[in-house]
Amino acid sequence: MPPSKLDLLQGTLDLMVLKTLSAMGAMHGYGIARRIEQVSGNEVLLNQGTIYASLVRLEQRGWIASNWGVSGNNRKAKFYAITAAGRRHFEEDTIYWRRLTGVMDRVLDLNDEPNVLPGVEGETA
Amino acid sequence: MMRRGFERVRAFFGKRRRDADLEAELAAHIDFAIEENLARGLSPEEARREALARLGGMQQAREKHREARGLVKLDIFMRDLRYTFRTLRNDPGFTIPAVLILALGIGANVAVFSVVNTLLLRPLPFPEAQQLVWIAPPPTKCGLSCATYSTDAYDEFRAGTRSFQDVTGYFAFSGPENLSLTRNGEIIPATSIDVVANFFQVLGVRPAMGRLFKPEDGINGAPPVIVLSDAWWRRQFNADPNIVGTTLDINHQTVTVIGVLPPSFDFGAVFAPGTKVDAITPIALYGAPRDWGNIITMIGRMKPGVSLAQAQQDAAAVAPRMCWNNKYPQSCGQYKGQVVPVQLKDYISGRLRRSLIVLWSAVGMILLIACVNLSNLLLARSTARSKEFAMRAALGASRARIVGQLLTESLALAVLGATAGLGLAWMLLYWLAHQNSVALPLLSTLRVDGAALAWTVLIAVVAAVLFGLAPGLRTAAGNLHESLKDTGAGSGQGRKHERFRSVLVVTEVALASVLLVSAGLLLRSFLHVLDVDLGFEPTRAAAINAVYDDSVPGDKTGDLTERKRAVIFQQMIARVESIPGVQAAGISDYLPLGQNRSWGTPLPKGVTPPKGNIAGPLVYVVSPGFLRAMGTGVRGRDVSWNDGLHSDHVVIISESYARFLAGLAKWPNGDALGQILDNGSPGGLHVIGIADDVREESTESDTGWQIYYPVTQQNSNAAELVIRSSLPPATLANSVLMALRSLNPKQPASEFRPLQTFVDHANSPRRFFMLMVASFAGLGLLLAAVGIYGVISYTVTRQTQEIGIRMALGATMGRVQRDVLSGTLRLAVVGIALGAGVSLAAAKLIASLLFATSPWDGVTYVAVALALLIVAAVAGYLPARRASRIDPMVALRAN
Repeated sequence: MPPSKLDLLQGTLDLMVLKTLSAMGAMHGYGIARRIEQVSGNEVLLNQGTIYASLVRLEQRGWIASNWGVSGNNRKAKFYAITAAGRRHFEEDTIYWRRLTGVMDRVLDLNDEPNVLPGVEGETA
Repeated sequence: MMRRGFERVRAFFGKRRRDADLEAELAAHIDFAIEENLARGLSPEEARREALARLGGMQQAREKHREARGLVKLDIFMRDLRYTFRTLRNDPGFTIPAVLILALGIGANVAVFSVVNTLLLRPLPFPEAQQLVWIAPPPTKCGLSCATYSTDAYDEFRAGTRSFQDVTGYFAFSGPENLSLTRNGEIIPATSIDVVANFFQVLGVRPAMGRLFKPEDGINGAPPVIVLSDAWWRRQFNADPNIVGTTLDINHQTVTVIGVLPPSFDFGAVFAPGTKVDAITPIALYGAPRDWGNIITMIGRMKPGVSLAQAQQDAAAVAPRMCWNNKYPQSCGQYKGQVVPVQLKDYISGRLRRSLIVLWSAVGMILLIACVNLSNLLLARSTARSKEFAMRAALGASRARIVGQLLTESLALAVLGATAGLGLAWMLLYWLAHQNSVALPLLSTLRVDGAALAWTVLIAVVAAVLFGLAPGLRTAAGNLHESLKDTGAGSGQGRKHERFRSVLVVTEVALASVLLVSAGLLLRSFLHVLDVDLGFEPTRAAAINAVYDDSVPGDKTGDLTERKRAVIFQQMIARVESIPGVQAAGISDYLPLGQNRSWGTPLPKGVTPPKGNIAGPLVYVVSPGFLRAMGTGVRGRDVSWNDGLHSDHVVIISESYARFLAGLAKWPNGDALGQILDNGSPGGLHVIGIADDVREESTESDTGWQIYYPVTQQNSNAAELVIRSSLPPATLANSVLMALRSLNPKQPASEFRPLQTFVDHANSPRRFFMLMVASFAGLGLLLAAVGIYGVISYTVTRQTQEIGIRMALGATMGRVQRDVLSGTLRLAVVGIALGAGVSLAAAKLIASLLFATSPWDGVTYVAVALALLIVAAVAGYLPARRASRIDPMVALRAN
């Protein structure tokens, strides 16, 4: 595995799963894992096994529901779908993430400023 | 979050289905991945390997899923618990003795805790019980009769004090079976207590049915009413729900039942331990009782926020204004210094504090011995299992996990032991609560309650940690390689174990010897109490409450009544004395070790009363023959039927009272016999006899003074007929009752009480504590013996090889036996010495409980030491014998 892959932050996997289910409808565990890997452009270091811990967490909170069904290639699999409560939570969490990443961006940019200032001085000189 | 917690708990219980679900899901996942990989052109093996790698391992995925899903810590604990129960079931030789030992230790502790909690820790069963005070003079030798006040004194106190919400009291001098209930032609004796009408309001007792007393019920001439105790209502009236409002024929009067008391209020349990009180009636304080003198006790309820010290100050300030009888101004002020409120609870159970603390310490020691024994057992087990644990450690179990497993084991044992112990305690308490004859307060209210349950859990956990810790730490500290190599015999680790086990044995013997010394001292005290000269002879004598009707219509002066009574008594005694086997019979209105009273202190004429308060002699109004029937010796003559109202008034006084009078009067021969005492009447009182001192208050306290008046000259308010016989008293019960009924058909089937029961009743608290401590000491001795046996026997087993070698080298059987035995006795001697030291140091704690016995009583100490040595020798002999039977060839081949 290339060393440049990103380690997942605590809690981010749950949000990714919710996003996947809200965008794609009902899916089985393997499908969700593959989808996240594809969407992330294979940049995420996803241990596929952890998806099941995430799924049981979300299901216990009532944000997703599961049902045994049959997949496109005729295999028995457990399908997960987002619930109304899950959708609400997903929206709240999305707003939260957007705000957080926005703040992070601003803070990180701010830290760059002292490095810029000498350049500005150099221009006036 | 709540929802997730709930789901996790559900998941914890629905493991199997969820695991199967997960397995199917993971299998599907792998299949999907393989399919995709195959499509990408990988070989089947490659496809499978890649799929598993991407998943990050099946087992890890399972673990992560379970962690997120359920309660992992609890899972591990449950697994340990299951494992523990399996191993315990497979080793009954260890489990049964371990649980039994714990059950005994915990059971004894819970039972005694309940007793201590009921008598000492818990407030009395009344609302705001800390406000209740008992108002009495400082303790004196005349007991209850000096702890009472007259109507006028009570009134003054009630009106004059400011710190009390209200003050109440009860009539202290009614005897047992003072009621005759006539029901369906049958006459049933019962006991009631007269109380001031506000009694229940002050105590805060509410009726279970009907109502309790109103002030009007206590007015002179009010229609008679009665309140039934819960127990009597159930026993006598079959718990009749419609009893309130009905009338009863009591003492040939129509009395209305106005209420039934709740089961939580038992007058006897609180105020008169060891006696049963069936009913409560109101006293008409302002009728005749006004002139009866000191008759009622005082119980007060302090206002909220008033401290005991304030109440005492208040009482002391009012006391000088209180009069014995307002008609006699010279009787005012005699209560000065005699009106002291104390916490009602201290009055009721304060003097038991020391005994209870000793009892509590005794069961504490039992628990310690039990824990030491269990530590021993567990240690032996964990040593035998050290290889198992070393193996588990080698396979990757952390030290914490192994200690956790061991603690789980001790906890499981403690829970089993506590459950069995609770059952034991329940039985013990049930038995204690039904010991009606033991004169201990509140005994009938004993039960296993929430506090006792909490206490059980606490000591079970403490015990588990105490006895589980030693083997646990030992195992944890143990070196893995050493354990795997250690063959158990003679290695360094083995020696260290030996030392630790010796410490356990010494501790056990020391604890047992402390217990035995206490029990021995209490037993000797008890034997001394039984030996006390009571001043009367309780064996082969019995008393029965005789009922008579001495009313004479239109008798103004009371003289005719008195004459009629004398005739009735004379007939009764003559009739009873004619029964074969009856040697003597006589009547008194009170009996020693029962209720009593005093009527002031008659002194020789012309003598100035000594300063300070003297406890006056207790008064008995007796018939001729009473003292002979009691077995009390008299110098001079007995009272006679000829001592009439118009002849000289005569008395018999007790020896020590006579000595006191002689000291005041300077009579020529220094003898009170034949002298005249001044009681305010013109003729005075002629002392015609000097009687032996009688222990009338308790068998242990100093004898007070007694004065005996003849029934022919003094008012008597009850008739206790005492019979002395050559036959066992019980065999006469029927013929005596028949004789009484032939004279008075209204005589109820009163109880025929051997005088010994009065003595036993008085001794019952001491007997109770002695028996409790003695049984705990016996239990301690047994546990110590088992402990010694266990340790020595285990040591012999460990040393089988060594003994085998020694025997092969020529040691004789006797030599081997002697060595094992002397090792045992050495430990016992150290333990005994240590225990004796502790006992000597703790002597102060127990000294106040002893009677005529020194806390350093040599006989007890020597007897205890001998007993323990014998027990240790027996416990050590069995393994020693086994050691000497070791066959060297077999021993050397083993291992």
